[in-house]
Amino acid sequence: MSTPSAPSGSLHAVRVTVNGRPEALRVPARRTLLQVLREDLHLTGTKEGCGVGTCGACTVLVDGRAMLSCLVLAVQADGRTVETIEGLSRDGALDPLQQAFIAHDALQCGFCTPGQVMALRALLRATPHPSLDEIRRAVEGNVCRCGAYPRIQQAALEVARAAEGYR
Amino acid sequence: MPRIIKQRVEFEGRVEERNVVIEGDDLPVWPAGERFQVIGTPVTRVDGAQRAGGTARYTADLYPAGVLHGAILRSPHPHARIRALRTSRAEQAPGVRLVLSHRNTDAIPWYNGMSRIFDTELRYVGDEVALVVADDAAAARDALDLIEVEYEPLPHVIDPLEAIRPGAPQVHPQGNVLGGAPERYARGDVEQGFLAADAIVELDVTTPDVLHHSMETHGSVAWWEGDTLVIWDSTQHIFGVRRQVAAALRIPLDRVRVLSPFMGGGFGGKNNAGKHTVLAALASRRLGRPVRIVFTRAEESQAAGKRPRSVQRIRVGARSDGTLVAIDYWGVSSIGAYRAIGTPLAGPATELYACPNVRAETLNVFTHTGPAAAFRAPGYVEGTCALECAIEALADQLEIDPLELRLRNYAEADQVLGRPYSSKFLREAYAMGARAIGWERRALTPRSPVRDGPPRRGLGMATQLWGGSGSAPAYAEVRLNPDGTAEVRIGTQDIGTGTKTALTQIAAEVLTLPVGKVTLSLGDTDFPYSPLSAGSQTLASCGPAVRMAADEARRHLIDAAASLLEVAPEDVRLEGGRLFVAGVPERGLAIAELTGQIGNFTIAGRGFRGPNPDGVTIRTWGAQFAEVEVDPETGEVSVLRIVACHDVGRVINPLQYQSQIHGGVIQGLGMALREEHVTDPETGAVLDLGFDAYAVPRITGIPEIVALAVDKPDPIANNLGVKGVGEPPIIPTPAAIANAVANALGVRVTSFPITPAKVRAELGRRA
Ligand code: FES
Ligand code: FES
Repeated sequence: MSTPSAPSGSLHAVRVTVNGRPEALRVPARRTLLQVLREDLHLTGTKEGCGVGTCGACTVLVDGRAMLSCLVLAVQADGRTVETIEGLSRDGALDPLQQAFIAHDALQCGFCTPGQVMALRALLRATPHPSLDEIRRAVEGNVCRCGAYPRIQQAALEVARAAEGYR
Repeated sequence: MPRIIKQRVEFEGRVEERNVVIEGDDLPVWPAGERFQVIGTPVTRVDGAQRAGGTARYTADLYPAGVLHGAILRSPHPHARIRALRTSRAEQAPGVRLVLSHRNTDAIPWYNGMSRIFDTELRYVGDEVALVVADDAAAARDALDLIEVEYEPLPHVIDPLEAIRPGAPQVHPQGNVLGGAPERYARGDVEQGFLAADAIVELDVTTPDVLHHSMETHGSVAWWEGDTLVIWDSTQHIFGVRRQVAAALRIPLDRVRVLSPFMGGGFGGKNNAGKHTVLAALASRRLGRPVRIVFTRAEESQAAGKRPRSVQRIRVGARSDGTLVAIDYWGVSSIGAYRAIGTPLAGPATELYACPNVRAETLNVFTHTGPAAAFRAPGYVEGTCALECAIEALADQLEIDPLELRLRNYAEADQVLGRPYSSKFLREAYAMGARAIGWERRALTPRSPVRDGPPRRGLGMATQLWGGSGSAPAYAEVRLNPDGTAEVRIGTQDIGTGTKTALTQIAAEVLTLPVGKVTLSLGDTDFPYSPLSAGSQTLASCGPAVRMAADEARRHLIDAAASLLEVAPEDVRLEGGRLFVAGVPERGLAIAELTGQIGNFTIAGRGFRGPNPDGVTIRTWGAQFAEVEVDPETGEVSVLRIVACHDVGRVINPLQYQSQIHGGVIQGLGMALREEHVTDPETGAVLDLGFDAYAVPRITGIPEIVALAVDKPDPIANNLGVKGVGEPPIIPTPAAIANAVANALGVRVTSFPITPAKVRAELGRRA
């Protein structure tokens, strides 16, 4: 049952590189990148908080840019490179941003956390030493109902201030 | 032998008589000044790597092999009867496997018998009409449009004040007031009290419907393994879900297992099984496949519970020296279409201050709107808005410093139940908070409204009173592995509060192991019973049981070491993971050496939560201070700083304690200034579906938050001296902000949220 039956229309071939691995999929036209990641590729670290582009929980990197995967159709991801939260750890070691989140307790229930981390990753990649204001704007679209915001900001600032920058 | 005693136990602002089983002697309370290695230190989350790494599996992340997806058809009418319902077109739609409705489902009682799983009378926009199960969620949702329903619309009532007028449409045959009458409380003689007053303040206060909006929506995934039902549920109470589902399906408890190892927030909205939980189980039984029902964000706005709006009137009277002589309180809570228990709105007004003459009346009113649910300190947030705004208005009228006025009316004992408090360090919280905000900078509130000019600053404060004692029963098990690592099992939940980490710290402390050598598992009804994660009771209920379980394992370790070392157990010490002869540290061995030697004999311990002490009231306390800047021209309120200082007993983990404070304050801030769930009075429709029109706080709107703790153990509450911190921090925030706004402008907005339009209107009204 990994590929549910398509209720409407035919399937489309999609080639996409996810966390460095090439994937070849056949998807219905209206299937979103978020659904493909979670249901077809079993990468459930990317969360659905609203499904309509208003919460940021589904944030992933597409060709290095932060995107709301609930608003990206899988067919639109054809030929692109996608990075999800699962792609951040190397040999079981967490990425510096993830480590900073843990050190600063920037997560409570943790459901928004992957989206927050990915949004900040996109920022730090483009701007290695962002200001507090830039950090806040990068995650303004990411709802944290637990209210971990002060900690998220602290965690991001710590990484932003690291002399060596963010890889 | 266990014995059963009756005890008055506080939960979520209500006191109830409960049978409590006493199984033996509890451990003595760790006194103030006890030296700890792990407790009281800022241990980072033991499951942080899973949560931040994306490998934590929440209910919503479960797609078992063969899973089918459910979608729910909901009533478009606030009140209607189903005349006819045809499902054949939906059943034939591509991918659809099953449609459930009242026509093919048992009349399972729901909402305490007020309704049933599929009722033919619908009482709010969003009430469940039918379930479609299909191969994928999109197919299930598409098929909802193919279900044909003939509704007979019935008269409805949305506003709670209209609902209590004679002749109003009835939500339930028993009438629109829960319990048939207001809840009343009185002590002394309020009329006499007001006669003795030199100053009287009367305020009308309203608070809005507020939504929980946990980031993980409500959801259940159910399947059958033979005759055993397995349910993953995003819940605050796995054992409660098990009990409700077993009753609904009429199957024995031992045939239901409920799991919730990771949970994406609840805030009170997930205290019970939902209809979707039972429906997933029913559909799975019919289809022989796993069924997953996860709410959309829009359903979360319609049918997932809310903090019900309140309409309150409060009158307080005092002598010229500030001594309170009378409090008269009246409040209405609009509990929606279904609710079994009332909202304890009057809690703060009746208990917070020493006052001989108090009268309170609360009405819990049914309306044709979405059901209310507990939401982080239900009733007390709303009630504190009324009481603490009135107290500060009174202080202004008497020209007494508001903090001073509060201290003059400090309640040394519980006047409602007529007994002492187990501990109360509210004076300390006041002092620490006042110092941190610089309360002495507070200027007198302007005598006349400030209508124009540059933005003005103001300082305000409010007090927090709440339960959070926890209680029996709760159980835990600890066992040691041959390699010296320890495992703890407890059937509680970590809803984001850090329960798992705090409980791990307690076990590690007792066993003198590093936190990394203790693995705690929770969220599974196969583990020992624990209560629901609500009422700020988790740590204070489960923590003492974990300590006792670890202590029993520790005693077994010592006994085993004593026989190996050939000394009496009294002469064996356990420190830093090493067992040794007292005074002869070199004569000893590490825990792992001992457990390794005894092989597969397992050292284990079981612990229970002892009863609460008799004859005392256990409360949490706190004070918050807000500094705001208000632009009189636009009415815009900017919160610059919130200082929060709470007395919740001993703090097990200061890092997580502060995170809880941040979270509560931020939700309080949302309620104070922005959040409002709106129901159209004409159609009963929810006007804020999802996050688009409902303003949850975002990172850009967050002020500086200073989180302080009194951090003194309660001397008798339980063997750890802890109380809960989940709910306390949201309680005083809206009132503190409102008071700061009043201090800035000289006018008082008592209708929450305090929007710029309301500020402008209030300034205009006084012109
Ligand atoms: S799930 Fe994509 S923005 Fe909310
Ligand atoms: S940590 Fe719970 S929503 Fe952000």
